[in-house]
Amino acid sequence: MIGTSFVLALRAIRRHLMRSFLTTLGIIIGVAAVVTMVTLGNGATAQVQSQISSLGSNLLNVNMGGGFGRGGGAPPKPFDQEDVDAVKNQIGGVLEIAPQAQSSVTAVYEAQNWSTTVNGTTNGYFAASSIAVTSGRMFTAAEEQAGKSVCVIGDTVKENLFKETDPLNKTLRLNAISCNVIGVMAKRGQSGFGGGQDDSVVMPIKAVQRRLTGNRDIRSFQVSVDPAYDTTAVSTAISKLLRERRNTPTGTDDDFNIFDAKQISDTLSGATRTLTGLLAAVAAVSLIVGGIGIMNIMLVSVTERTREIGIRLAIGAVQREVLMQFLVEAVTLSALGGLIGLLLAFGLTTGISMAMGMVLTFDIKINLLAFSFAAIIGVVFGYVPAKRAAALNPIEALRHE
Amino acid sequence: MTEPIIQLRGVTKRFGTGVNAFQALKGVNLDINRGDFIAVMGASGGGKSTTMNILGCLDTPTTGSYVFMGHHVETLTNDQRALLRRRYLGFVFQGFNLLSRTSALENVELPLLYRGDDRKARRNAAMGALDRVGLLPWADHTPAELSGGQQQRVAIARAIVTNPAVLLADEPTGNLDSERSLEIMELLTQLNKDAGITIAMVTHEPDMAAFARTIIRFKDGLVEATERREVLA
Repeated sequence: MIGTSFVLALRAIRRHLMRSFLTTLGIIIGVAAVVTMVTLGNGATAQVQSQISSLGSNLLNVNMGGGFGRGGGAPPKPFDQEDVDAVKNQIGGVLEIAPQAQSSVTAVYEAQNWSTTVNGTTNGYFAASSIAVTSGRMFTAAEEQAGKSVCVIGDTVKENLFKETDPLNKTLRLNAISCNVIGVMAKRGQSGFGGGQDDSVVMPIKAVQRRLTGNRDIRSFQVSVDPAYDTTAVSTAISKLLRERRNTPTGTDDDFNIFDAKQISDTLSGATRTLTGLLAAVAAVSLIVGGIGIMNIMLVSVTERTREIGIRLAIGAVQREVLMQFLVEAVTLSALGGLIGLLLAFGLTTGISMAMGMVLTFDIKINLLAFSFAAIIGVVFGYVPAKRAAALNPIEALRHE
Repeated sequence: MTEPIIQLRGVTKRFGTGVNAFQALKGVNLDINRGDFIAVMGASGGGKSTTMNILGCLDTPTTGSYVFMGHHVETLTNDQRALLRRRYLGFVFQGFNLLSRTSALENVELPLLYRGDDRKARRNAAMGALDRVGLLPWADHTPAELSGGQQQRVAIARAIVTNPAVLLADEPTGNLDSERSLEIMELLTQLNKDAGITIAMVTHEPDMAAFARTIIRFKDGLVEATERREVLA
């Protein structure tokens, strides 16, 4: 009986190609829209999150001066090594701490010169900011302690000064001093945030303070926090400690600011999640519109086919056989439409991800969800009206115009 | 004489309820013998079509009994009646009722599909039936590509492809000109004579009724007269 239904259903589909195509089209568009939008939304969220995690995980940036855009008044008061030591020793959950003293320099190698920033810091900087040193090495403890003139250079600096030459063990001139290149940092690229280290030279902080800035000021420091600790609590504790040490009067604003990458990350992921939700809602609307399209065509075609049902009943088909034919038809069209929709979505998302340089993940859940939703609509609205028609007395069905 | 193939006893049929009720049949008694060719005549609203629908197991009597080949049809379910139609009955309608966009061959094959015949048996039987109605060269044409007379012949081929015991025709020539009508009637007569198919046909036209062996006249929901005729050989 199933075999008969298949023969009949496939014949009916073949005979009414336009009607079949329109039914399928509703499903194709619905499925493709939902899957494409949700996949793109997920891709965007993942991309934002990976950019944020490139800032460093559980990282606090402590900078001198008030919050953003609060200029005027006295020049910002820098930190000193004692502040840094106090944070490191008195606050729980601090894994690494990387003080920074910066200076703009002109770097010269042979005939090439390049304006860049020298970042005086410690080995803790590489760990805290998740920066890999791809060739060469980081500082030794002795080099840090003595403030030796050694440096690790960023990718942009390497490209501009050394071109094809291997920079390791070459001598680089930074303004009036010279330093020995001991390492090269991994290229981070323009990934939204924290792309600055590509165009920088990293030296032991003591060397920068003594030979370039000429003072012991620390303009900022990075604190990497033990993942077991809450960065917000650590941030509050640091704030309290620094206020005490800097004698900030109660009731006035901090004269420093703490930038919590995790907070920003939470905010941004929240925003992208909202956007993904929005895209999903738009997509759901298109699926529903597609569903209504399927419904309409199915309803119209069953009304149109009531006479056909009458003929089939009159020549001896039992109700079950007529229904089975319509069911097979609806399942075939819905499944076909669903599959084409999924393929279309796959093509679209692949194309868009290539055009936008986005990495997309294939989310089986949304594919299944969209497919089954469309399939169920197709089957239900193909089947229910047919059931009504097949329950008619054959005479009434035949009279139907 | 053997048991009649069709036996109606006190059959009534009422449509609608209350003030809108319409009593189409008021107690019809009718016997049709195997191998007979009857023409059912009478004015519109006399109960001809209603009787044909009951005979064809398409509809059920409100009261009374209908025995078809030993089955008490009034006691059967929809599906059981469908199976009787499938096995023993063939229909020819005034409006042909062929599936559109479907070749003559596939239309004729349809009852065999429901009967579960395999592909080859279906094809052979359908070709045979088309041959009998003289439409073999048109097997691949869809109804839209055939004339009215040809469509009705496809419908007859579809009705006889299962070798039914009874062929029911409701004004089979109603939509055809007189020349085509005569061709259809000759075809029916031949089927009745050669294949022994019992035929019951509703018609308005005395010329067509003249082909039948028995003429039954309906009036106001009752059989008014039964007239046996000697058919010209």
